[in-house]
Amino acid sequence: MRYLKPVLNRRVLVAAVASTFAWAAGVTSAVAATPKDTLVLAFAFDDIITMDPAEVFEISGSEVVNNTYDRLVRLDLSDTSRLVNDIAKSWTISADGKTFSFEIKPGLKFASGNPLTAEDVAFSFQRAVILDKGPAFILGQFGFTKDNVKDKIKATGPLTLTLDVDKAYAPSFVLNCLSADVASVVDKKLLLSNEVAGDLGYAWLKTHYAGSGPLKLREWRANEVVALERNDNYYGTKAPLARVLYRHVKESSTQRLLLEKGDVDIARNLSPQDLAALAGNKDIISSSAPKGTVYYISLNQKNPNLAKPEVREALKWLLDYSAIGDTLIKNIGIIDQNFLPKGLLGASTAMPYKLDVDKAKALLVKAGLPNGFKVTIDMRTIQPVQGITESFQQTAKRAGIDVEIIPGDGKQVLTKYRARTHDMYIGQWGADYWDPHSNATFVQNSDNSDEAKAKPLAWRNAWVVPELDKMADAAVLERDTARRKKMYEDMQAEFRKTSPFIMLFQQVEVADARSNVVGFKLGPTFGSNYMFTVSKK
Amino acid sequence: MNTTPVTSKPRLHDWLMSDRPASRRQAAWGRAYGAWRVFMRNRLAMLGLGIVLALILVAIFAPLLAPYSPTVGDLRTTRLLPPSGPFWLGTDDQGRDILSRLIHGSRITLFVVVLVAVLAAPIGLLVGTVAGYAGGLVDAALMRITDIFLAFPRLILALAFVAALGPGIENAVIAIAITAWPPYARMARAETLTIRQTDYIAAVRLIGASPWRIVLHHIMPLCLSSLIVRVTLDMAGIILTAAGLGFLGLGAQPPTPEWGAMIANGRLYVLDQWWVAAAPGAAIFLVSLAFNLVGDGLRDALDPKGVK
Amino acid sequence: MPAAAGQTKARRLRALRNAGRFLVIIVLTYLGLLAVTFFIGRVMPIDPVLVVLGDHASGDAVARVREEMGLNKPLWQQFYIYLGKVLQGDFGTSVLSSNPVMQDIRRAFPATLELATLGIIIGVGLGVPLGVWAAVRQGRWVDQIVRVMGLVGYSVPIFWLGLMGLVLFYAKLGWVGGPGRVDVTYEYTLANVSGLLLLDAAMANQWDAFANVLSHLILPASLLGYFSLAYISRMTRSFMLHELSQEYVVAARAKGLSEARIIWRHALRNAMVPLVTVITLSYAGLLEGSVLTETVFAWPGLGLYITNSLQNADMNAVLGGTIVVGSVFIGLNLLSDVLYKALDPRTRIR
Repeated sequence: MRYLKPVLNRRVLVAAVASTFAWAAGVTSAVAATPKDTLVLAFAFDDIITMDPAEVFEISGSEVVNNTYDRLVRLDLSDTSRLVNDIAKSWTISADGKTFSFEIKPGLKFASGNPLTAEDVAFSFQRAVILDKGPAFILGQFGFTKDNVKDKIKATGPLTLTLDVDKAYAPSFVLNCLSADVASVVDKKLLLSNEVAGDLGYAWLKTHYAGSGPLKLREWRANEVVALERNDNYYGTKAPLARVLYRHVKESSTQRLLLEKGDVDIARNLSPQDLAALAGNKDIISSSAPKGTVYYISLNQKNPNLAKPEVREALKWLLDYSAIGDTLIKNIGIIDQNFLPKGLLGASTAMPYKLDVDKAKALLVKAGLPNGFKVTIDMRTIQPVQGITESFQQTAKRAGIDVEIIPGDGKQVLTKYRARTHDMYIGQWGADYWDPHSNATFVQNSDNSDEAKAKPLAWRNAWVVPELDKMADAAVLERDTARRKKMYEDMQAEFRKTSPFIMLFQQVEVADARSNVVGFKLGPTFGSNYMFTVSKK
Repeated sequence: MNTTPVTSKPRLHDWLMSDRPASRRQAAWGRAYGAWRVFMRNRLAMLGLGIVLALILVAIFAPLLAPYSPTVGDLRTTRLLPPSGPFWLGTDDQGRDILSRLIHGSRITLFVVVLVAVLAAPIGLLVGTVAGYAGGLVDAALMRITDIFLAFPRLILALAFVAALGPGIENAVIAIAITAWPPYARMARAETLTIRQTDYIAAVRLIGASPWRIVLHHIMPLCLSSLIVRVTLDMAGIILTAAGLGFLGLGAQPPTPEWGAMIANGRLYVLDQWWVAAAPGAAIFLVSLAFNLVGDGLRDALDPKGVK
Repeated sequence: MPAAAGQTKARRLRALRNAGRFLVIIVLTYLGLLAVTFFIGRVMPIDPVLVVLGDHASGDAVARVREEMGLNKPLWQQFYIYLGKVLQGDFGTSVLSSNPVMQDIRRAFPATLELATLGIIIGVGLGVPLGVWAAVRQGRWVDQIVRVMGLVGYSVPIFWLGLMGLVLFYAKLGWVGGPGRVDVTYEYTLANVSGLLLLDAAMANQWDAFANVLSHLILPASLLGYFSLAYISRMTRSFMLHELSQEYVVAARAKGLSEARIIWRHALRNAMVPLVTVITLSYAGLLEGSVLTETVFAWPGLGLYITNSLQNADMNAVLGGTIVVGSVFIGLNLLSDVLYKALDPRTRIR
């Protein structure tokens, strides 16, 4: 090795010195704790595309908007069937049920310092309808259009506001919609001063903030960081922590390592395996809340085999619900065989189906398919969806049904689904607002043609069921809460028997926090995960 | 010179090793035999070859060797079991035996790896040597095309192909091959640029050989050895690329026990149920090592100026 | 003297012609890249409107936005419009972040650049000497160890190595910083000027931030370095073996030159010629951004950016990313060609 000695030694020496330097630096500077006045969360928020409440529809964006903006009314977290006033002091409904009058709390201010008046509230709603972005239909369904919204929603005084809806809807329905993100109150003065070519501040608000909530948005760096700060102009209890920082971490294992080490206070996207592994850790507390999202497998009625009612029922007997519930979705889902998730008015807990291969085979014989048939299913390649699909493939095989899995990426599969070119599809539906009518999409299909503009879930599977469709229309106008509840229960009973939807489970959101985090609670909707009540010991 | 008397049945070995081959074919066979002897003396290369042959045998006799079905598992009772008596390599998240899946997956893996190598390497070699030798406009044009393929973020090409062709392992093979050939072309061109100026090539040209003959018969063989090293190293990369496609939901459709897909699946369980990703990972490593050893042995055997 | 003047003029003309041809080549390459990416993007079965409005929006809104995004125009017209904007420096706005695409890339690319550069330095710094060592000790156990070590880095899935590295060096030993580019405490104090955090910290004389950034960089960079080390060491070994079998080595030994001199100053220098291509190819590969590494280490780099954009049919972002990656390749290829000609006079085309 004589000839290697001088050169190798020199290089090795340099490398060793350099690396020791780096390591020493690392050891001394690695601060394995989060700042005392900042709440740091590990959260995968690559779905955020905007910070404008009139445009936000994705779940991460919804959480940020809910923490930084106010609304007229909010969900009561202790009893989600009730609403509490947010910036509304009181409200009344006219006798014919078509006019809602609100009185706003006095003395409120935006984070910018501008006073919050009824004009700002009216402007916020008008703006949402005029801009007509993704969630605009939540307000639009009350008969508001670009042309009439300025008359139908107006400020009648500095602190009073009226809304004229087109039909006598159930009051709970209207108010629930007014608690949605799209009904957030934005700062009219600030927006108009940042307006470009009459866009009502749209381009500016995508990446900026114009609200009055307990936290304000400091910065959003896509796929990196969302930084929130305490809003000292907030009318209610000020947030205990000065800052809330969301770190974008996509990988569950990485989130777990960060949490164990204390580099984040809360980890939000842990997989069942990581949750189970952290269960024994004394420094970590787990909290969970069921969400308004249901997962299902749907059968395209355009496929002649899947259109047969016996086949529809047979497939519902070919899933090992209990095994899936105990393994693949443990802690992150509850088996639910209805289209209304728990917590919504009228939700049902009836679960008639379980794995029964013989029953399925008998039904297939009745359908004239004793040897089974071939069919494809479009699936996103994420868990737990993939695991459930693979399990379904196995159990269906036992009855002779050959399921071919077509994997794809999220948007790709969704595009195919919306074009009705699938056989079977496994996916989810999240409630847009906390009212059962949001899930009526499972049965509503007024126009089944291929050119139809609206694409409710029933349409996507070419399922026409006029009785349930009419029932849904009637239920949204039913002002008696008990009667309304019964209508939804009846709908679901019929739905369970005949629909081409195999309802699977309701999503449960889980988050693990370090034991020094106090006051952290997940809400029933993705928006109602409030960070402004959290403090650290 | 061989002075032993010629017996009625000349030994094959003597015929092959003769200094004075009677025909071109005999010379070619003799060269191949000589290379094989060099290869045989390389113990590690033989080990690699042994592993590759074992892989081929496992692939052929997969249904006989696998103890369980590769696609059937029980969620409730056999899910995520660690390696033990009944399940030598443990079970995966659907309760399927990993060893059986590994055995059945060897077929697909071999298929993918060989096909991609067979598709990509010759294309790259051809494009690179032609570009390097021809120079001028041909070189510029071919290199531009190569650059465009190289410059593409691999993902876009892969996604596009699968979008156009649909899911399935065959389409994944094509998608991978399309992204694999440009580096070979670049390397072959670089070597050709050096080789073309040598006296050896000048001499062949003087004899009157056509450019095609020069490229095919003289330049390509010289580029072959480094290309072989690169391709054998790439075998592991190809399988992992297939795994990468699997992460995006392209390529092998579940429940196909393709090794890359198994690794992609095992990613979620790496920290606690390490065996789910470890088994296919170790298999890939072993196969990659085998091909690499064989490649090195080939390189040593084929290089006329080998150090040994 | 008229003859000499004529010669200089001829040489200048030739240089001009070469430069012109060179520019044409570059432009054609970019055009080809863009055209193919654009076509692929429009052909992909993802509805861009779905990303903008979400799944629940009304049919009217969908139709309106489709019209606004110009998606109803014929393909070539859309391409033409895009090209026109690009020539004015407008690469469009990203659907996902609502920012101009180049602004996003100006943030994402330096993250990848920093990581890839440190990675390739480690890869070359370790890989070349190891390859030389293995070539000199061909067949001995050193050779085998280098081979196996390299193969492990190359054939083991990088996310596995990454997670294991994090578990060992970050979670258990605490030697390195965790996932992410820098600790949360520096979020408000370290100004992001160039995007290369090491550089920014050094320029601002914030040496504690510098050390912190380095501690976060060292693990993923070592990973990438280890990954490219396999290749580089194997190819170095291969090229060195070829060089060491040449006659000039025999002649040099006969002349009495020391082995070290022969190996490092002569054989390696000749082996560098094809090795330069390998190294630039590896570097370019790293610069493309490794999605899996960036996912595991929560590194907001180009790989994640392009993948995310692609999965959401955010075509402006994808095209922007393609342009950047393409430019990187073209630049590195040029560099490798130039280095080639500099290192090996035989390759200069008459």
